[in-house]
Amino acid sequence: MNPIFKHGPSPQHRLVLVLFCSALLIFFDHKTASFESFRGYLQSMVSPLQYLANTPKQAMTWASENVATRRQLLAENQQYRLNELKFHEQAMQLDIIKQENERLRSLLASPLRGELKKMVAEILSVDSDPYSHQVVINRGAGDGVYDGQPVIDALGIVGQILHVGQTSSRVILITDISHAVPVRVQRNGLRLLATGSGQIDKLNHTFVSQSADIKNGDILVTSGLGGKYPEGYPVSQVSFVSHDESREFMRVFSTPIAQIDRLRYLLLLSNDEPASIFSPTPKALQNKNSSKKAQPATKAKSKTKVVS
Amino acid sequence: MFAHNGVIILLTLLVALMASIMPLPLSVDAFRPDWVLIVLIYWCMALPARVNIITAWIMGFLLDVLLGSVLGVYAAAMAISVYIVAENFQKIRNFSIWQQALIAGVLAALYHLVVFWLQRFLIDVTFLPSYLYPVITTIVLWPWVFYLLRKVRRHFSIK
Repeated sequence: MNPIFKHGPSPQHRLVLVLFCSALLIFFDHKTASFESFRGYLQSMVSPLQYLANTPKQAMTWASENVATRRQLLAENQQYRLNELKFHEQAMQLDIIKQENERLRSLLASPLRGELKKMVAEILSVDSDPYSHQVVINRGAGDGVYDGQPVIDALGIVGQILHVGQTSSRVILITDISHAVPVRVQRNGLRLLATGSGQIDKLNHTFVSQSADIKNGDILVTSGLGGKYPEGYPVSQVSFVSHDESREFMRVFSTPIAQIDRLRYLLLLSNDEPASIFSPTPKALQNKNSSKKAQPATKAKSKTKVVS
Repeated sequence: MFAHNGVIILLTLLVALMASIMPLPLSVDAFRPDWVLIVLIYWCMALPARVNIITAWIMGFLLDVLLGSVLGVYAAAMAISVYIVAENFQKIRNFSIWQQALIAGVLAALYHLVVFWLQRFLIDVTFLPSYLYPVITTIVLWPWVFYLLRKVRRHFSIK
């Protein structure tokens, strides 16, 4: 069928119609953030596509893991055994220090820090939109993931959960231009704000006064202010400091410590009682759901500054 | 939509969607061609009665969900680019393949600029030349996609 005379609305009418729809969507999604639950459904709906798009990469990883030689495996095993020995020794030390710390804290009458629950997640896909830094992980509401949950890798803070679907969810990275983390300098406790710059290897620190004591190479850790990120996880290392007296504030940049550009496995932290590291127990899940219903998490608006 | 093997059109669009979210190494990622846009341009040019602005908008909306951007941004950009094809499909059909490739490049540039302007309007992003790298790969890719999709269209006699 190839009609000479087209029927139906003309292209102009259609364009006006869809642009109007777009404008409405943009307004409601961006300005009023009223689409959060709707986005959850959409995320669940498209997650099969994401899993499917991920299969070639998974097949490659599987292949490269399965064609390893015996010698490679032996060498790796040896390395892991050495590492385990080292970590074991550190863990013993840590236990003692933890006990001591708790005793001191109780002497000072300050609140004890609870153990954080951890869950391992794997990256499904990396966002190809150049304007935002997000990744999709293979855990969703079914695993007890919730909005605003902090995400770390083996080295430091990676970001926080932005949208939760049923089987997958979206993580906003600390380098995203709309994201900020409250940090402090590990050396002297100076408080700063680490804002994403939109570049994968740079964080921006605004409003640092000229008299602040900050040097190249300083490690910045989360300060725990804002209540989203737990205290003390490494975030970034200061890479550039400019003392220009003619400016009102210092210009300070830092490089994230987490390997933002080569993420694979992530850890999701939550404040609940510790559970199995690979999947939460049903009881913990129930608690999670009930507590979620009881007090809706203070959600950061998706695209406005997420100071968490 | 489903008469005369219309399912195949949907399948090619789904494959394009998947290709546009497939994980790639960071160095190649900036050059990722606009798969969905190329496939939509082809179908809109070949079968304007089947694939039109509404289809483009829905694909753009799915892309919005997949990429996690503000809903409606990619949808609007996709609809505007495909509108130009829908208005001029008879002219574009008669151009040679390389002229078509250039037109696809111009449309891809428009698409990226519309997305950038909207993002600029919503959040303070700054322009980097790397945002326009996909235009180059789109131009290079057009002839291959064109011949492949034409083969698909003739083989399944999609009308």
